Amino acid sequence: MKKEQVFNEVSEEEVMLEEVKKPTKVKGFKSQKFSRAFTNTFIYIFLTILSLIWLFPIVWLILNSFRGEDTGLVKYFIPQEFTFDNYAKLFTDPNMPYMRWFLNTFIVATFTCLLSTIVVLLTSYTFSRLRFKGRQNLMKGIMIMGMFPGFMSMIAIYFILKGMGLLPSGTEQVPVANYLVALILVYSGGAAMGYYISKGFFDTISHSIDEAAEIDGANKAQIFWHIILPLSKPIVIYTALTSFMGPWGDFIFVNTITRGRREAWSVARGLYEMVNGLGQLPKYFTVFCAGATLISIPITILFIWMQKYYVSGVTGGAVKG
Amino acid sequence: MVDKKHENQTPSLEEEVVLKEGADVVKPLTFSKWVFTSLWDGIKKLGLSIWGILVMLVKSFLNIFVYAYKAVIWLAKKIYGIGRDFVMYFIKGTWKTKISYLFMGVGHFFRKRPLKAILYLIIQVVFIVYMVLPQGGGYWLSKFDNLGDIAYEIVEVPNFDPITGEITGVIEQTVFRDNSMLIMLYSVLTLVIIAAFAFTYFKQIKGQYLADQLEKQAQESLENRLAEFNEHGTVNGIKVKEAPVYEDLLPTPKQEFNQLLNEKFHLTTLAIPSITVMAFTILPLIFMILLAFTNYDSINGPPSALFTWTGLATFKRLFTDKVGGFSVALGSIFKWTITWAFFATFTNYIGGMILALMINKKGIHLKKLWRTVFVITIAVPQFVTLLLMSKMLSDYGPLNETLQAWGWIDKPIRFLSNKDTARVTVILVNMWIGIPYTMLITSGILMNIPDDLYESARIDGAGPVIQFFKITLPYMLFVTGPYLITQFIGNINNFNVIFFLTGGGPNNPRFAGLYGETDILVTWLYKLTVGGAKQEYAIGSALGIVIFLVSAFISLMLYSRTSAATSEGDFA
Repeated sequence: MKKEQVFNEVSEEEVMLEEVKKPTKVKGFKSQKFSRAFTNTFIYIFLTILSLIWLFPIVWLILNSFRGEDTGLVKYFIPQEFTFDNYAKLFTDPNMPYMRWFLNTFIVATFTCLLSTIVVLLTSYTFSRLRFKGRQNLMKGIMIMGMFPGFMSMIAIYFILKGMGLLPSGTEQVPVANYLVALILVYSGGAAMGYYISKGFFDTISHSIDEAAEIDGANKAQIFWHIILPLSKPIVIYTALTSFMGPWGDFIFVNTITRGRREAWSVARGLYEMVNGLGQLPKYFTVFCAGATLISIPITILFIWMQKYYVSGVTGGAVKG
Repeated sequence: MVDKKHENQTPSLEEEVVLKEGADVVKPLTFSKWVFTSLWDGIKKLGLSIWGILVMLVKSFLNIFVYAYKAVIWLAKKIYGIGRDFVMYFIKGTWKTKISYLFMGVGHFFRKRPLKAILYLIIQVVFIVYMVLPQGGGYWLSKFDNLGDIAYEIVEVPNFDPITGEITGVIEQTVFRDNSMLIMLYSVLTLVIIAAFAFTYFKQIKGQYLADQLEKQAQESLENRLAEFNEHGTVNGIKVKEAPVYEDLLPTPKQEFNQLLNEKFHLTTLAIPSITVMAFTILPLIFMILLAFTNYDSINGPPSALFTWTGLATFKRLFTDKVGGFSVALGSIFKWTITWAFFATFTNYIGGMILALMINKKGIHLKKLWRTVFVITIAVPQFVTLLLMSKMLSDYGPLNETLQAWGWIDKPIRFLSNKDTARVTVILVNMWIGIPYTMLITSGILMNIPDDLYESARIDGAGPVIQFFKITLPYMLFVTGPYLITQFIGNINNFNVIFFLTGGGPNNPRFAGLYGETDILVTWLYKLTVGGAKQEYAIGSALGIVIFLVSAFISLMLYSRTSAATSEGDFA
């Protein structure tokens, strides 16, 4: 319940109080009340319409995932037969090894989450709390580099990974694990560049805490571990959450690095193949819906559960005030 | 009532009229005069704002050069300073420092810091070995000036009969020699390594010179104390029996380790991030920037061909090539990118805010339910909903078919396959994606708007629309300015929405599929390089630099605007 207070729900009492205060200044008590009721009804109708628009594609996705009569795109929205076959196909179709992709993505996301969180927190803490020569210039440099489009350097990264022996340089095959390591490196390698939001959070923690600890004889490392980190739960969770979700939604990096090696694909790359692969749509559209529903459920639950941290993370860093 | 109006900073013309009437001013404004004044006012405002925007544009554009100039000056000064110190340390340093110029770590060794000495020695040995190895740094750098001489050779090798093992003749075999791509990549790597080594080398010398100073200090203090001891038998005024001894002022290894957790904690924390950023961001970035100055395309590409330095020719091609279509494509895509970014940002921003206001309005029930409905759509991965929408909106997709079945339309609406409708569709679908997100972000801030602002507006008779434009929007713009800028830049680089929804299509028919009508700069960059058969890597890199300049320009422009706003103090 507590987290809801962020959005400041107004109790009935307050509304009534408001109404009692009002009439002295406004012409007629009744007309005011009527116009408010009118506005509210209008808002309810509007919100209902919007909710329908917003939920429609998602409902359609779920309905399609149970559609039994045709595996492709059909002319109507409501399926005629319902079945679980599409879900079963996810685990049995050797051409579309969904479980493999899911596992790949999960492994990559977990390690990326771990590494990125450490790297991002260290960097943002350093820029926020420590003062050293070259700090300003370093931050400026990172800002400038961040303005180049991220995947511009993809080709170079591909060759660097090849040079490291992680990716195949000729026709020979490399184990799937190599691709996964490569992806983890790519996702967490540049993570330090996105330190702004957590720096914004660290900036809001009072410096007098540091000073007090320093007087007590703590060094900077101890201050970080024992004082600042325990105070920064929201931003740690935000950083972990966003870096965990990153690999689930990425397409370009997976596509460039894994190329045609299906066993190394992520869920996103695999699902893309189901609808945009040559000639795959008629065979796999409902399977795509099933697969998409399946990954959306855990991510949605995770997100709704963590939305409080998400909001405070974004507004803490990118918004002043 | 009148008091409240005086608080209003800029009373509009009508309000002034009301005010004057209220104060019984005997000078009624005639209609013609009113029309004239308001027209003149409007023209003045318009002129001023256009002038202001022009000045801002020019200023921001010039600012890029100013910053670049400053950066160059800063770098030159830095290099000059290092060079000067480099010579100065040699002249003023003791033999321990001087010998460190040749062999790293020797100075440390003679100052009884063997651990550091060995470390430095290893660094130097590894560096030299790397540079002179047959496939090492020196080899790659030697080829860096023309990026390779020969791509492949055809050599004749004896052909063995598979059964008898006898030589039956010769066959031709292709042997790849130089690969411009690898030469460039390893040269850049070598340059980075050289820079890192030079940095370490200079730090070492500087450390030796500072150690000199410390030793000198220790020696002087020892001499002073000895003199005092010999004369009075005291040290610092206290009577002692034994003669004072030399005190080492250099930090011990343990002290240095503790420094890494305290005064130099930033070195510890930044060690890992800087290595990964170096390998996966800076190195590739330098590589790609350099690529823009070569002629790497589908013809001049390794391994079967070499590419080489061509100066600014790639940029010239990108900006002026009308035959190949690059300049035409760039112009069209650039305009669309800015339009797209503008509409995508502001539709989402205002739409999300209105949604948040409606959900959080007093007296609206089930707030949690409404919010959850919209949050669900953010939580579902973007690529899923986008791919789904692209299928739903396709020419023979369910939406078109259903509308036709209902008899609402005769032929399919070409949501994604016609230039103009596709552009509108992309912006509308982006609203679907982005509005809940803005709603989530702005809810909390909207609740923080001081209630008395609305109160006074209500008393003045302002309706919800006027309240929104006079209070909510200015307040939000003030508070979320930086967020809006990041959103704008983000939309310029918003790859996902365009790529998954339309893939950049419909194709522009003029230049053999060079670009699509909804392509923005980044999706075009993807198409030109890794995302297709075009392999126009040089053009792609130049385009990347253009995107960088656009982003930098807009950030500079907008940030200078918002910083001007912040310097005025609190929102009033």
